[in-house]
Amino acid sequence: MAERVLMKGNEAIAEAAIRAGCRHYFGYPITPQTEIAAYMAKKMPKIGGVFLQAESEIASINMVYGAAATGCRVMTSSSSPGISLKSEGLSYIAGSDVPALVVNVQRGGPGLGGIQPSQSDYFQATKGGGHGDYRMIVLAPASVQEMASLTIKGFNLADKYRMTSMILADGTIGQMMEPISFEDAEIENYEKPWALTGTNCERKHNIVNSLYLQPDQLEKTNFERYERYKVIEENEPMWEEYMMDDAEICVVAFGIASRVAKNAVVAARAEGIKVGLIRPITLWPFPTKALRAAADKCKAFVSVELNMGQMIEDVRLATECKRPVSLCNRAGGMIPSPEQVLESIRQAQKGE
Amino acid sequence: MQHKRLTLFAGHYGSGKTNIAVNYALRLAGEGKAVVIADLDIVNPYFRTKDSAKVLEEAGVTLISPQFANSNVDLPALPAEAYRLVTDRNTYGIMDIGGDDRGAYALGRYVPSILEENDYRMVFVANCYRPLTRTPEDAMEVMGEIEAACKLKFTDIINNSNLGTETTPETVLSSRDYMEKLSALSGLPIFATSAEVTVAQQLTELENVLPLQLQEKYFDLPTQKPGNRPLWG
Repeated sequence: MAERVLMKGNEAIAEAAIRAGCRHYFGYPITPQTEIAAYMAKKMPKIGGVFLQAESEIASINMVYGAAATGCRVMTSSSSPGISLKSEGLSYIAGSDVPALVVNVQRGGPGLGGIQPSQSDYFQATKGGGHGDYRMIVLAPASVQEMASLTIKGFNLADKYRMTSMILADGTIGQMMEPISFEDAEIENYEKPWALTGTNCERKHNIVNSLYLQPDQLEKTNFERYERYKVIEENEPMWEEYMMDDAEICVVAFGIASRVAKNAVVAARAEGIKVGLIRPITLWPFPTKALRAAADKCKAFVSVELNMGQMIEDVRLATECKRPVSLCNRAGGMIPSPEQVLESIRQAQKGE
Repeated sequence: MQHKRLTLFAGHYGSGKTNIAVNYALRLAGEGKAVVIADLDIVNPYFRTKDSAKVLEEAGVTLISPQFANSNVDLPALPAEAYRLVTDRNTYGIMDIGGDDRGAYALGRYVPSILEENDYRMVFVANCYRPLTRTPEDAMEVMGEIEAACKLKFTDIINNSNLGTETTPETVLSSRDYMEKLSALSGLPIFATSAEVTVAQQLTELENVLPLQLQEKYFDLPTQKPGNRPLWG
């Protein structure tokens, strides 16, 4: 068995990124993700990497854009308000088809909001945030181990599809500590013939750019990009099913909410309620097929979220509104208790 | 265990300072002493001394905590009341210092009084399973940075080596070589070994074991329930 270490979620992201070959980190501090930057500041100089605290979030995302254009593994991390500032750069990165890893350890919003955990950037992460037609691969870890493994996965997927992978975590998973190991670290390497690495006067120069002078060319690029997105939607959805075999009620929750929901599912089972959990691990691509299949055998769905009800829209779309979907939520940095989720499961069971 | 009038817990972030400070305060209170504990953590936004406010109050321990701890005010300000720890010499005082050198800067202003009274123990909390203090040399580096930041030298080490929910007696026992080396490098004695209470009960071969009563968290998975709880930074 690989060596076990005790890590904070934020540290696990940083260490996993280094193990995935990332040697370029550009960021700007914000609670509750600052340990990522602190870890990078300590480690990068010792391994020949670059840690740079930029003058702002906007500067840091554009440094990521520049480094990504050279084909190296590069990342930034922030929390909710900081991700809003980075949104312009995220759109440019998408428009230029370069790979990058972006971490959002969410806190309560909107606005400056607060520093306590939240999942209220679901829309921003899965529906765009920046301008234009684009997607990001959005990975939602529910443990410190997954903070590490999904970071490595995120780099692999970003390189594979030439786009941004976002780790959408929350303050609790960023701050909590659990024992983990890095035994599953499988680094995939992809050819990057598009990268700006210098021609040595031996090949035609590459151009990384998101500006198109002719609208028909821009349209063509958009259509081609969406063909790629279709492949991702087909091949890359990830989810976990828990006690779903005979479930009549399906709880849907990701990240920290799924841990609370799991405790509630166990408690509800003890009361004789046939309930299970589907935990989306990729929020985009959303595990539509798993939800659609559950709609054929379950009578009701409960979406548990740390926001005012965002993923619930994707649950309704995925289940084609065949079953009622209710919301069990807290917002603004508060977290639903297992008892609150249990009560929602009871109500769904009664058909209320 | 010989107690000093003041006990300060500092170390790498996530090493377990807060849990140890809280449990040490409860132990002193259990021995009938008047105890004041101060949360001097200006770094950590979550999982703070204030989380244990109820259990401390029940044990008769006075808690001094930054006014804005556990709120959305991310303000590194200390309460004026914290001075009581160094001025009121009739009570036992415990200081929970923030992680690393950044956390230890806050201690600096109390140091002249602490040195003048000279009845303190400054304890380095060490967990050999934390990645940035994975070797005794790494731990020495953190120790030096903290001392430089707060201008106070460590006097003792506490061995808090653990792997959270996966901690077994073997986890703790296999940290002894590391701790002996850290002790030799720093010239400091190992003041105690701390472990979650069910693990501590099995550490019969060790002297000076501080059992830690840990708080259950809402996000503990069904497999992580009491008896097998994580150790939070």
